Amino acid sequence: MAAGRHSRLSEWFNRRGWSDIIISAPYIWLLLFFLLPFLIVIVIAMSVATRTPSAPPFGYGGDNPVLNFAGYARFFEDELYLRALVTSIINAFVAMILCLLIGYPMALGLTRMQSNWRNILLMLIILPFWTSFLLRVYAWMGMMGKSSWFNRLLTDIWNMVTPEGWAVSSIPMMHSNFAVVLVMVYTYLPFMILPLYANLERLDPTLDEAAMDLGTRPFGVFWDVTLPQSIPGIIAGGLLVFIPASGELVIPTLVGDAGSPMIGRVISDEFSSSRDWPMASSIAVALLLLMVVPTMIYSHFQTKAEHKPENRP
Amino acid sequence: MRRRPIFLISVLCFGFAFFYIPILSMIVYSFNGSRLATVWGGFSTKWYVSLFSNRQVGAALLLSLKIALISATMATILGTMAGIALARFRRFKGRLFFSGMVTAPLIMPDVITGISSLMLFILMAEWIGWPATRGFTTITLAHITFSMVYVTTIVQSRLISAERDIEEAAMDLGSKPWQVLWDITLPVIFPAILSGWLLAFTISLDEVVITSFTTGPGNTTLPLLIWSKVKLGVTPDINALATIIVLVVGIGVVIAGWLMNRAEKQRDRDARLAYRANE
Repeated sequence: MAAGRHSRLSEWFNRRGWSDIIISAPYIWLLLFFLLPFLIVIVIAMSVATRTPSAPPFGYGGDNPVLNFAGYARFFEDELYLRALVTSIINAFVAMILCLLIGYPMALGLTRMQSNWRNILLMLIILPFWTSFLLRVYAWMGMMGKSSWFNRLLTDIWNMVTPEGWAVSSIPMMHSNFAVVLVMVYTYLPFMILPLYANLERLDPTLDEAAMDLGTRPFGVFWDVTLPQSIPGIIAGGLLVFIPASGELVIPTLVGDAGSPMIGRVISDEFSSSRDWPMASSIAVALLLLMVVPTMIYSHFQTKAEHKPENRP
Repeated sequence: MRRRPIFLISVLCFGFAFFYIPILSMIVYSFNGSRLATVWGGFSTKWYVSLFSNRQVGAALLLSLKIALISATMATILGTMAGIALARFRRFKGRLFFSGMVTAPLIMPDVITGISSLMLFILMAEWIGWPATRGFTTITLAHITFSMVYVTTIVQSRLISAERDIEEAAMDLGSKPWQVLWDITLPVIFPAILSGWLLAFTISLDEVVITSFTTGPGNTTLPLLIWSKVKLGVTPDINALATIIVLVVGIGVVIAGWLMNRAEKQRDRDARLAYRANE
């Protein structure tokens, strides 16, 4: 009896059980710990905040107990939320453009290096990925503070080049959107360089040489030959910077201006300080909707890039 | 002869200065004798001494390592399974949905992952009574979830690019599919699994936002300890702690990269020798 059951079990395992286990274990895990929390956010966004200190601070009631859009309505009525959303988009966008302006020449420069140098430099670009994100933000806090050597250096330069009336004792860098963008560029620059490098490295150098032989000047070669071919890399790198930067919490909390917060910080404050779960959930859903568009663009270009080599001879 | 790209090289120099000057500045100031974090007061190692005598730091590090070890191992098992499912099983129910669920956590903002996980854990405690308190268990569950998808990405891309000749040969010789997976596929993708584990381990060790939401009273990981101090400003003892972390991680990554590179080269050489012997 036991042996019979055992052989039935092993038959099931050999036939399809092994693959069922491999599929279902991560599937169930993600359903439980990723999808379910996400659904909870969507449901709670429709609920009403309650002020009980112990129980989860949300409930159902009011005029529309099931589909309550009060949270979303407040999102559009209260200026704070829309302003935070716009601040986030602007900060992330400016950081993305600056990353592109710095990262593109760096990636292009890497492709022109000898391969042993190139590997070392690539390693140096990837290395910050592995070291603590928090500490990289912290390193800039030390650089930007009013009495730091970096701030004093910049202040001296400023006082030297500007007329006397403009002299300042220090440059107010910390707790501003400037600081947020600067640190974003610092932490997300590798996300721009690596996809751009991967794209530029695959380009055919004979095209450059042909254009050079035909008398095109170096900048003309870049503008007419290299740049159009690197658009997939620009889009991939740009979105890899924009998407995480727009939902950032650590950077605006540490170096940002509390007066014009980014959306991530607003979500966190609504949730933890105000204990307003429905409002925090509504903003979270709004932020996700904002991120759907760039993500769709990204995956569209990714699938196109994956299919491209097949078209080539 | 090609002209030297002077502009590109100067931007590269600027870029690397931009990358490394803040970190170097932090390292230099960790040896600052002054209590004021940004005013130089002579060379001193006293912040390191006070760091090593700080029990709180040791306890936080231990908790972080424990969480990272368990969550990276679980994430590697689950993430590898998901990678195999997506790369090798062409058709199964809900495949498209599954692949969406594997990519979504990669772009989900940490804040949203954090609050949604916390809501789940609070409601779970309310409804089924487990996990009763927040702390080690809830942090580990959250870490497994967000780090497993990184493992999946690595394993999946390795599986897609791997040669399938040996797997097919084993199938032709009558091996059961799961034996092929166990004896051939897994050893072939082992380097990818290892780098997936390493990535999961380091992101767990580094995670602060999701951890800050899913932790409970008295459970302070190392990033949480740093987070709570850094919010108050720059202090010399955090400079010292940061220096140690950056150096340990940096050296570890360089050594790991070198070892993996060497193993890869060795394997290529062995493969070439084997082919030559067969000819």
